[in-house]
This record gives sequence, C-alpha cells and structure tokens, in this order.
Amino acid sequence: MNDVHALSGAYAVDALDDIERAQFERHLVECAECRHEVDSLRAGAAMLAELEPVAPSPGLRDRILAEVATVRPLPPQVVEVRPRRRRFPTLVAAAAAVVAVGIGGGIVYDRLSDDTPSDINISATERVVEAPDAERYVQRFDDGSSAIVYRSVSLGQAVIVTKGMADPGEGKVYELWLERDGEMIAAGFMPEGPDNTVLLSGDAASADGVGITVEPEGGSAEPNLDSAVVLSFDA
Amino acid sequence: MTEPTSLPAGAPAAAGAPAGPDLAALLRASARGDEVAFAQLYDATAARVHGLALRVVRDPAQAEEVTQEAFLDVWRTAARFDADRGSALSWLLTVTHRKAVDRVRSAEASSRRDTSYHQQNQPIDHDSTAEAATASMEARRVRGALASLTPVQREAVELAYFGGYTHTEVASMLQLPVGTAKTRIRDGLIRLRDAMGVGQ
Repeated sequence: MNDVHALSGAYAVDALDDIERAQFERHLVECAECRHEVDSLRAGAAMLAELEPVAPSPGLRDRILAEVATVRPLPPQVVEVRPRRRRFPTLVAAAAAVVAVGIGGGIVYDRLSDDTPSDINISATERVVEAPDAERYVQRFDDGSSAIVYRSVSLGQAVIVTKGMADPGEGKVYELWLERDGEMIAAGFMPEGPDNTVLLSGDAASADGVGITVEPEGGSAEPNLDSAVVLSFDA
Repeated sequence: MTEPTSLPAGAPAAAGAPAGPDLAALLRASARGDEVAFAQLYDATAARVHGLALRVVRDPAQAEEVTQEAFLDVWRTAARFDADRGSALSWLLTVTHRKAVDRVRSAEASSRRDTSYHQQNQPIDHDSTAEAATASMEARRVRGALASLTPVQREAVELAYFGGYTHTEVASMLQLPVGTAKTRIRDGLIRLRDAMGVGQ
C-alpha cells in the first residue's frame, strides 16, 4: 500500500487540504481500488448523520422547493461534455454599475505569464497558477488596484490575486463567488488588506466566472449585486 | 458505549435500504424535474442533512444555508447520482458534508470561523415525522458501530468528520505525527463501515 492510497480515509471525509485533494483525485482516476474504498468509506461515514437528526425550520422547505422550481436539473454526464458559453446579463449589468463608483477598465484574457502570487496558501495557489492549463484573467480598476484570476480546469481550482484593493468599509468584507449556470455560489472571502492571494473554494472547472462583492461581515447567502465585479471565464 | 453491534432482527440492512421511500427512485425522478418526488426526498432526509450540517458548522443560520445549498446541488445534479457507487442517502450526505466543510474552511480563511455553540434548532421530535420513525433505531446501530472503533480512532474520525478538520490539523490537535492521524482516520472508517455492513 503506497502513501497516496493511505489518504483514502481522509479524502472520504473531506479531511484533505486543497493540494492533497487535487493529488488524490488524480490518483483516483487511475486507481479503481481507491475509488471503491472511498465509496465504501463514505457510505460508512454517512451513517454518522443518523446520530443527531435535527429538523430544519419549516420555512426552509418552502424556500428550497420554491428555488428548485426555478432551476433546471442538469443532464446526465455523457461521454463528451463540451463546455458551453453563457452570459449573465444581470451580473454584467451589475458589474457595469461599479464603474459609477470609480472602478473601470477591461477584462483581459491571456495565457499565463510570470506574475507570481505571494501571501497565504502559497503552495496551493502556486499549483493553480503554475498549472500547464492555467488561464489568467485580469481586471484593472481606475484607482490603480487590480485583481487577477487564475483558473486551472484540470485542477478544478481558481485563485484570485489582488493588489491595492480599497478597504471594503467598516463591518464589510469582500466575498468571492463562483458563477455557474447563472447562479452565484459562495467561494470564500478576501482576508483584510489590499494585497491578497486566495484559493477559491468550490469547483472552478465547471464555473463560468468569478464574482467579487461587498457584503456584511460573515458574508451573505445571496450576493449583493449592486457591488458585483465579475470576471467571466469566456471573456 | 455498551450497546451490542449485532443487528436487531428486522433492522434496515444498510444506508441504501432504509424503511420508507425508495430514495434512489426519488432521486431519479428528481433528475427528470419531478418536484413532487424531490419534496418527498426532502421530507425523508432533511433532518439528517440538516443535523449533519449543524454538527459541522454549528451556527443554525449557516447550517440552514448549507442544507439549502446541498439540496439545490442534489436537485441540479441528481442525474449524476451513480447507484453503483453507493446509496442515494450516502451520496446526499456526502454532498452535504463537503458543503459544510467548505463553509467552515472559507470562514476560517477569512478569520471568521463561527465559534457560536448556540443551537437554536430543536432535536427532531421523534413522533412527528416519517423520517424519525427509523431514526432512533438507526442511531442505536451507529452508536454500536462507533463502539467498535478504538478510542483514538474514534477521536480522529470525529474530529475529521464532525469537526471538519484536515488530517494534518487533527494530527496537530492530538499531538500525533501527520501520518498517524490519516491512518487512524482510515482505519476508523474501515471499522465503522464494516460494523455497519455498508459499502461492500
């Protein structure tokens, strides 16, 4: 049993960091034994949820069923899935509104160049930035600040690097989102300070863009679209 | 933990075969856009999904958000559920667990990990829902299975699964070498799986 194989248990219960998870998922592609073991360990772990069932508030059922009525289920995965390009009129309009508060500039797409991030999550973010298939999207703002998003489809991860970002304001944070099928899915927060490098949580491979919004501390369930800046992956 | 690990006669055999609705069939119907089936799926599983989310993120409001995210994800991706890889319930709870862990880690990354221990939601009323009918018996089985883990395995599994910590963090919290924590987690999960008789 090699060392990678021994990570099956931690992987099954989401106890790997982002790098280890990406490594183990590459291993899973070629190791049927590990795939089977992970499935079986997840089945066992899932039983732990039997210990403390807690009914959610009755209103949650109504909210979920109402939302479901507006969402189309995805088709089954077939042999070849071609990425589809989508536009998000609401969000693009919201992003345009940001210009009014002094932020402008275009989104530029080019292949990876030699910008390297520093700060937290250094190795996890380096892996994305240095991935052979890394894509790079740049957003420059009129106040001199900038945000660069790197995405690696093969790793399924995206990293955002900010320089000179203004303080979001008292009691506010920058929240990060992944856009998928017109939905904004919470993907973490920017730490305090103007210069940061953050690995977004969630599957960036299937995402269509990255959003940044200003939210009350602790974040929001729904993005504040008035403050949204969106970097679309199909720019 | 003194409960026996043997199954009481007539107990559900595994996560995939609980008494009650056929969750896999409800999932397949949901994949075709059947909202009624999805509502039944919700009713049959919401307390377990929410209980898990609450146990990991602790904050009731955030736990409801995680529960909502998980069910919406299940609705959107129901067609991708693969019955060959495990039960519908196991898949649903795997989705939930990942969302809960993502939530606590992203909160942690921004130094806002919620340290609230208040739990405003009430434990499920065991007489009030269909889901509760088998809940208490299942909980007994799980406690019995957990008792088959060594104390150190159990500690590591609980920190990883309910605490949402990485195996490296678990090692540090338990003052163990890194390789030891991941081995304990895996060995503990294998024992749990075998004691529950699932996923074979």
